[in-house]
Amino acid sequence: MLTKRIIPCLDIKDGRVVKGVNFVNLKDAGDPVENAIFYDKEGADELVFLDITASHEKRKTTLELVRKVADTIFLPFTVGGGIRTIDDIRNLLIAGCDKVSINTAAVKDPQFVKKASSRFGSQCIVVAIDAKCKVKTRAKEVWEVFINGGRTPTGIDAVKWAKKMEDLGAGEILLTSMDYDGTKEGYDTALTRKISETVCLPVIASGGAGNLEHLYDALTEGKADAVLAASIFHFRTYSVGAAKRYLNKKGVSVRI
Amino acid sequence: MIAVIDYGMGNLRSVEKALKKVGGRVRITSKPSDIAKCDKLVLPGVGAFGDAMNELKRLRLVAPIKDAINEGKTFLGLCLGMQLLFDASEEAPGVKGLSVLGGNVKRFKFGKGGLKVPHMGWNVINKASSASAGGPNILKNISDGSYVYFVHSYYVVPKDKKVTLTMTDYGIKFVSGVHKDNVYGFQFHPEKSQDLGLNILSNFIRLR
Repeated sequence: MLTKRIIPCLDIKDGRVVKGVNFVNLKDAGDPVENAIFYDKEGADELVFLDITASHEKRKTTLELVRKVADTIFLPFTVGGGIRTIDDIRNLLIAGCDKVSINTAAVKDPQFVKKASSRFGSQCIVVAIDAKCKVKTRAKEVWEVFINGGRTPTGIDAVKWAKKMEDLGAGEILLTSMDYDGTKEGYDTALTRKISETVCLPVIASGGAGNLEHLYDALTEGKADAVLAASIFHFRTYSVGAAKRYLNKKGVSVRI
Repeated sequence: MIAVIDYGMGNLRSVEKALKKVGGRVRITSKPSDIAKCDKLVLPGVGAFGDAMNELKRLRLVAPIKDAINEGKTFLGLCLGMQLLFDASEEAPGVKGLSVLGGNVKRFKFGKGGLKVPHMGWNVINKASSASAGGPNILKNISDGSYVYFVHSYYVVPKDKKVTLTMTDYGIKFVSGVHKDNVYGFQFHPEKSQDLGLNILSNFIRLR
């Protein structure tokens, strides 16, 4: 049986791991390669690196970093952030990552997702969606897609967007709730469930993990296939192993 | 020397790194002459069946690969590289595969509310009862129920059940590993399956 995945996420800025709250207030969280080795040993199922480096010039640092990580660990890993062209994807894959995560570029040109997935295969095209609740009534909830690292609203409905991305060849959805990200109050399980039920693709829930019960809720009530978390792992609040033992005890199938 | 065949499909670097890690001498190549010279071949690959066959044809690699297999060189196909061993795939109707093994490649179909496609993540392998006596050496030290990393939407259906090496359960029981004589194939990614995957690759480079 396929297990649910636990994925530590490393936000990378200028070659260092950083962690912020609601996309701002960045704190240093160490060296990326050391972090990767640490999580590999802890039993992480995959790793995600999100490059939040602002300048195009410094992105070369990221390629170098991807190379170093690929030399060191034998675990699937995804790189996202600032990917705009087929060449960007190709360079990252050659450097050694397995999947790339596309966000802003997908919104600006949805056909880019189609081109990328037909060129490299759906399995390596993750579409990242940063969503924020727009309407919340008892009858319904509506979430809006944001781009540019959460700075720019698009007016696009997140659920419809996920479906469209599936149709264009995305292989996985990395879904971040901007309302919950960094709050440690739990994932947006309503959003996660809605999207997980709408698409036939694996959905990674992201944003808001504060304790192990939150992971459990996202995987059960939220119907996520994987949970992504940063602070709870970086600041060693919980180990990946402890998270898996907890989930296993509660009946969630995980790789131990 | 192990030739890792470069036909523009996916991440060769991780396969190369993993083989080197366990002591393999590796050359990434798309030259027929290297394939003729090597002792072992690895055909990795992620992506689409049709594009992959077209690239192999364009690079004039189909005959050299088949020749090497016929000469008895140990061959390992990974993921799409394993699927290409078969006759055809639902992913690319009308495109002929390498036909080293008989059978077809099918897509997972679960319908709405069913299991997700691609089958992505960690799942277990179990050795098939029909696997040759004692299990071949490529699975030495690998026990049933071991976790390996999968990412695929299609699976192989061999004509001859005897080529089944391992099985995996994802809604249906499908063939996740094949073996016939000097030819091996895995649907999962040993190069991404941590120590267990490295163990399989280490077994592979020590096969005679």
